[in-house]
Amino acid sequence: MSATFLGMPGNFPKNSARAVQNSQLRYNLRKATHTIRGKRASVVGELPDWQELRAAGKAIKDETLRHLDRYLLQLEAAVTAAGGHVHWARDAAEANRIVAGLVKATGEREVVKVKSMATQEIGLNEALAAEGITAYETDLAELIVQLGDDFPSHILVPAIHRNRAEIREIFLDRMADAPPGLTDEPAALAEAARVHLRERFLRSKVAVSGANFMIAETGTLVVLESEGNGRMCLTLPETLISVVGIEKVLPTWRDLEVFLQLLPRSSTGERMNPYTSTWTGSAEGQDFHLVLLDNGRTDVLADEVGRQALRCIRCSACLNVCPVYERAGGHAYGSVYPGPIGAILTPQLRGMGSELDASLPYASSLCGACYDVCPVAIDIPEVLVDLRAKAPHGAAERAGMRVAGWVLNDQARLAAAQRAASRLRGLVPRRLPGPLSAWTDTRDLPDIPEESFRDWWEREG
Amino acid sequence: MSRSAREDILARIRRAVDGAPEVDIPRRYRATAEVGDLVGLFAERVGDYRAIVHVVPEAEVPARIAEIVAGRRMVVPEGLPAGWTPPDTSGAGPADPYTADGVVTGCAVAIAETGTIVLDTGPGQGSRAQTLVPDYHLCVVRADQIVAGVPEAVSRLDPARPLTWISGPSATSDIELNRVEGVHGPRTLEVLIATA
Ligand code: SF4
Repeated sequence: MSATFLGMPGNFPKNSARAVQNSQLRYNLRKATHTIRGKRASVVGELPDWQELRAAGKAIKDETLRHLDRYLLQLEAAVTAAGGHVHWARDAAEANRIVAGLVKATGEREVVKVKSMATQEIGLNEALAAEGITAYETDLAELIVQLGDDFPSHILVPAIHRNRAEIREIFLDRMADAPPGLTDEPAALAEAARVHLRERFLRSKVAVSGANFMIAETGTLVVLESEGNGRMCLTLPETLISVVGIEKVLPTWRDLEVFLQLLPRSSTGERMNPYTSTWTGSAEGQDFHLVLLDNGRTDVLADEVGRQALRCIRCSACLNVCPVYERAGGHAYGSVYPGPIGAILTPQLRGMGSELDASLPYASSLCGACYDVCPVAIDIPEVLVDLRAKAPHGAAERAGMRVAGWVLNDQARLAAAQRAASRLRGLVPRRLPGPLSAWTDTRDLPDIPEESFRDWWEREG
Repeated sequence: MSRSAREDILARIRRAVDGAPEVDIPRRYRATAEVGDLVGLFAERVGDYRAIVHVVPEAEVPARIAEIVAGRRMVVPEGLPAGWTPPDTSGAGPADPYTADGVVTGCAVAIAETGTIVLDTGPGQGSRAQTLVPDYHLCVVRADQIVAGVPEAVSRLDPARPLTWISGPSATSDIELNRVEGVHGPRTLEVLIATA
């Protein structure tokens, strides 16, 4: 599966060197990650049973993966019984062919889209364009990314590398109906997007979505969002096509009681996101198609250590605590999955054939912060170490060793101590004992010297 | 003959998990939450999302609705209790969602801990389009519809119905993480809690 496509060209060393030198980008990223981090900590702290929810979430996902064949068949039967149509796609090309065929069958040439990692992963927009079909992103951040001919840099806030002045420029340049006096006030920019997309929502006949969860028992799909563009896409068009990774299935309706607590609090740091939509098969007379996507997932599933990456619910909490992500930026990871989860998912989905992908497992200080915040307890450092052992020797290994040298230099003992302590003490580290306490009292991670990082990438890039 | 994608994927899964251990699911989290004042907590949490909240004795609900929506052309979904139907003050007749000023609905269940209301398109709740397209949503929540936490809500809901979980007005934080209320969904959410 070395040819598995993950939606973004990229060269980790070069992109990352550029990112580190771009102080606006670094400022935006730092502000974003630290803000969400704080919000998450406070709403997670509100729940007395967070660790129990986390343990249940982890086990539900593991149990699902153990019997994934059975749950997918159950899901297919339930969706079909409720009037929906189920399609299976081995890889990106097959999924794109299926979606293009479904759109063409409606006679339409335009689709509206709600933010979906899976369709970014398979490069659906580009594939549809090649077939003469225009896909319009409707999530504000995705719209900014699409209009700016750009790539997403964060799972939750994909345009976080852009500041308000840049967004205003993009709108004035690329959005035909942007008001000439547009200011860079966030409210004014959001209003411009609302007006721009309103007519499109009301006239579009076909929508494409992903899904956060699929319930095998009932055939129900679940989408969490904030803006209402999801509701627009899921509700108004006559035809709805959802492209969803096979690992997104959950066995029972009841399981949502766990994940609808874990995901919003980990992701946006809210008690609940503004809107969650659920639907089963053909809802209110809509023509519904579900495309189940493999695209490398069964390869990940075959790896005893690495398969835990398939528990990921794409909350982005691990990005927000990662000192490497904060410095390197989302684009450096060379796929639609950035940050710690990207560092373990991309090399597994795509293989470690390229130097970039083989070096991803080294894009970490192994400090363990990602594991501590992960709502489904993916032991990202464990997978990273395992992948390092499996990476091919040669140039990739040399690159990797240098990253390891960079991150481990001064911080090795601190990071190891923090990790050991956090494991002993439960899952969210609050305070370290003794001389390390000053460090954790700031609720921050060790600062990694910027110069040596830049030097490293410049040498390697 | 090449196998279908479905057969291929299923075979790959079976091969991948062959011999993997079985998994027990520990459900030691709270199935029910202890909340003393459900109405008070729900009102507070809805308010945290910058929705407008009123707590009103059931008997006064009709008058309060009439007062709140006076002058607005409201969508009135099928099955809305007669007393909750605002008098047609515009004189323009029943409103459709694409031209109306707002919509008034009941709900299926509400969650105190998260300040969430859930609509299931049942009587008095409208179609999904009716509660999405208008810019203003007035939702009446009876006190006995409020549960403490997410697990109680999930168990009360019917997955066969299309559900919309609403926690405050539409919002985005996509621009420098500044929360802006009101993108594509209703920009104003007003919640009327009817106590017995
Ligand atoms: S790995 Fe865990 S923390 Fe990171 S995005 Fe996935 S679920 Fe969230």
